[in-house]
Amino acid sequence: MRSYITLKTALGALRRNVMRTVLTTLGIIIGVASVITMMDIGHGSSIAIQKTMISIGANTLVILPGAISTAGINYGAGSMMTLSPQDADAIVKEAPAVEAVAPIVRARTQVVYGNRNWVPTYVYGTTPAFLQVRDWTDLNEGEAFTDHDVRNASKVCIVGQTIVDQLFTGQSPVGKVVRIRNVDFKVLGVLKKKGANLMGLDQDDILLAPWTTIKYRVVASSLTSANQSATNTSSTTAVNSLSQIYPEIQQNLYPVPTASETADAPLPIRFTTVDQILTAARSSDDIPAAIQQITMLLRDRHHLRDTAPSDFTIRDMTEITKAMSSTTELITKLLLYVAMISLVVGGIGIMNIMLVSVTERTREIGLRMAVGADPGDILRQFLTEAIILCLLGGSIGILTGRTCSYLVSAVLHWPTAASLGAIVAAVVVSATVGVIFGFYPAWKASRLNPIEALRYE
Amino acid sequence: MDLIELRNVHKTYFLGEVELPVLLGVSLNIARGEFVSLMGVSGSGKSTLMNILGCLDYPTSGEYWLEGREISRLTASEQARLRNRMIGFVFQSFNLLPRTTALENVRMPLTYTRENISEHQMNQRATELLEKFGLADRTHHQPSQLSGGQQQRVAIARSLINNPQVLLADEPTGNLDSRTSAELLQMFQQLNRSENLTIILVTHDPGVAHHAQRIIYIRDGLIEKETTQPKSGGAV
Repeated sequence: MRSYITLKTALGALRRNVMRTVLTTLGIIIGVASVITMMDIGHGSSIAIQKTMISIGANTLVILPGAISTAGINYGAGSMMTLSPQDADAIVKEAPAVEAVAPIVRARTQVVYGNRNWVPTYVYGTTPAFLQVRDWTDLNEGEAFTDHDVRNASKVCIVGQTIVDQLFTGQSPVGKVVRIRNVDFKVLGVLKKKGANLMGLDQDDILLAPWTTIKYRVVASSLTSANQSATNTSSTTAVNSLSQIYPEIQQNLYPVPTASETADAPLPIRFTTVDQILTAARSSDDIPAAIQQITMLLRDRHHLRDTAPSDFTIRDMTEITKAMSSTTELITKLLLYVAMISLVVGGIGIMNIMLVSVTERTREIGLRMAVGADPGDILRQFLTEAIILCLLGGSIGILTGRTCSYLVSAVLHWPTAASLGAIVAAVVVSATVGVIFGFYPAWKASRLNPIEALRYE
Repeated sequence: MDLIELRNVHKTYFLGEVELPVLLGVSLNIARGEFVSLMGVSGSGKSTLMNILGCLDYPTSGEYWLEGREISRLTASEQARLRNRMIGFVFQSFNLLPRTTALENVRMPLTYTRENISEHQMNQRATELLEKFGLADRTHHQPSQLSGGQQQRVAIARSLINNPQVLLADEPTGNLDSRTSAELLQMFQQLNRSENLTIILVTHDPGVAHHAQRIIYIRDGLIEKETTQPKSGGAV
């Protein structure tokens, strides 16, 4: 009951001087609104930065097959063909932290168009999900190949900007036909320019085709010769009968394993294998979870014993992820400090007005004391007034701030995102500011001598 | 036992190094239901005496017994509670809250009582008092819309809302014209007679002071003399 009356008295006092109340509240409104707007802009910016980082490949995980080791010779990562396209399908189905998966079959061959030829840095056989993993879904022109093309091993491809420049001298390649190892590929689309990656490799020097097409029609490695560096890959298949026209010169650097050595290290029988699997985690926070889920899943699928080492490795982009999280953290901190300053300024405004108000209402305070208000009552009343001002300013500030950030995104096209944390923080901080900066004037009022207060002119 | 008893009350103000004695040993008894005037020129110490009687100030030495309790050494909040329960104040400048209705002004002291009174009860008591002072049609007027006499009547209603034992009036007629003053003093006499309310009127005006039964003259911090007149009502 008493607190209700205190509240009513405080509201009455605020109503009695509307202009002053409005001006005081304005300080807090601007403070809170700027906090909210800046937090929203900051939040939006950090999301935008994260998106950029993702397009660099921050969330990408590369799964590489394990190393084969025969007769004391380790052939290095990727020498054992243990990954299958079915692994890729299983990962996207069963690992919840993974957003997209693309199996990759690599080739390094010449691409011919008309009288020009070029050897792209990357000739990748993959699925349409590759574009999703690499955040590359927007095409410059044309369209990507589909899962249907992958199933049919269609002779279609999409090319990067560098290939357009080199082979087509800048003309539109869509609908044209290029030859890769004498297989005709119809160009369906052109990828957006991405520039060099962090290592300086040109990412636009790329040709993407269904992995089935690359695997069976271009690379055409047989099941038994999985270890390409150890064996001669010049075996032919019926599909590509013309591959002998450009005979490969491949030196056998390593001794061919003997029959008994091969028997000692039997290769697991997998009917189709891929060179690597590219996956994207749902967010940078999900990367550790994704690694764990993929490891468990693949060990299970490859029937590895608990004691056996994994026959694959997973790499993440630790460096990029670190850069990303530190950038985001920096922005958030920066905005927080700016926001704090504006709230403190608002709080000092409240203190100012409350001090003026105490002086102006000295007689009122004296009267209230004379009729029986004890110092605690006076303290409570002024503190309540300050807190009401702050909460009022806080709630109007939240609305104003949200409106401002909406306007910023609508008019200036800056990315913004509502941050609930900012709203909660603004309310808590504005109430705290009310208590802290309202306390001194209220305390001053409660310490007044009633006789002097009553006589104050 | 008397309602109010002062025993050898001294009050000295300390202004830095300088000691300023204002009351030099005042002893005074006021019985319940008395109507007393405190008379004296300005600087005589009558205001200080009134502040001590009204529990707004402490005596430097001496005792103050109110309703059988020694109250000269209470804490600030104990004093506040006592003022709220026992003493009603009427001031020269009315001291009504600006931009606040008469009703809200009158019920204001009730918000500081330690009793549990609902808002409805507060309003009821305030309205009754305002009606009693002929302000029934003015309950929702603000002080700026009221005449001086009406404002002072609102102030009196406010001072009586807690049913105090003592009404302390400090130059209540100082800001009123003579006709309104006379009405007000009559009202005091009536309150004193019909409700047996103890009234202490502080004034420098002999004409005003003579409305009381007993006049205490104060001079240079001491009681100079006392005169008593029959409980008649006095001539205006």
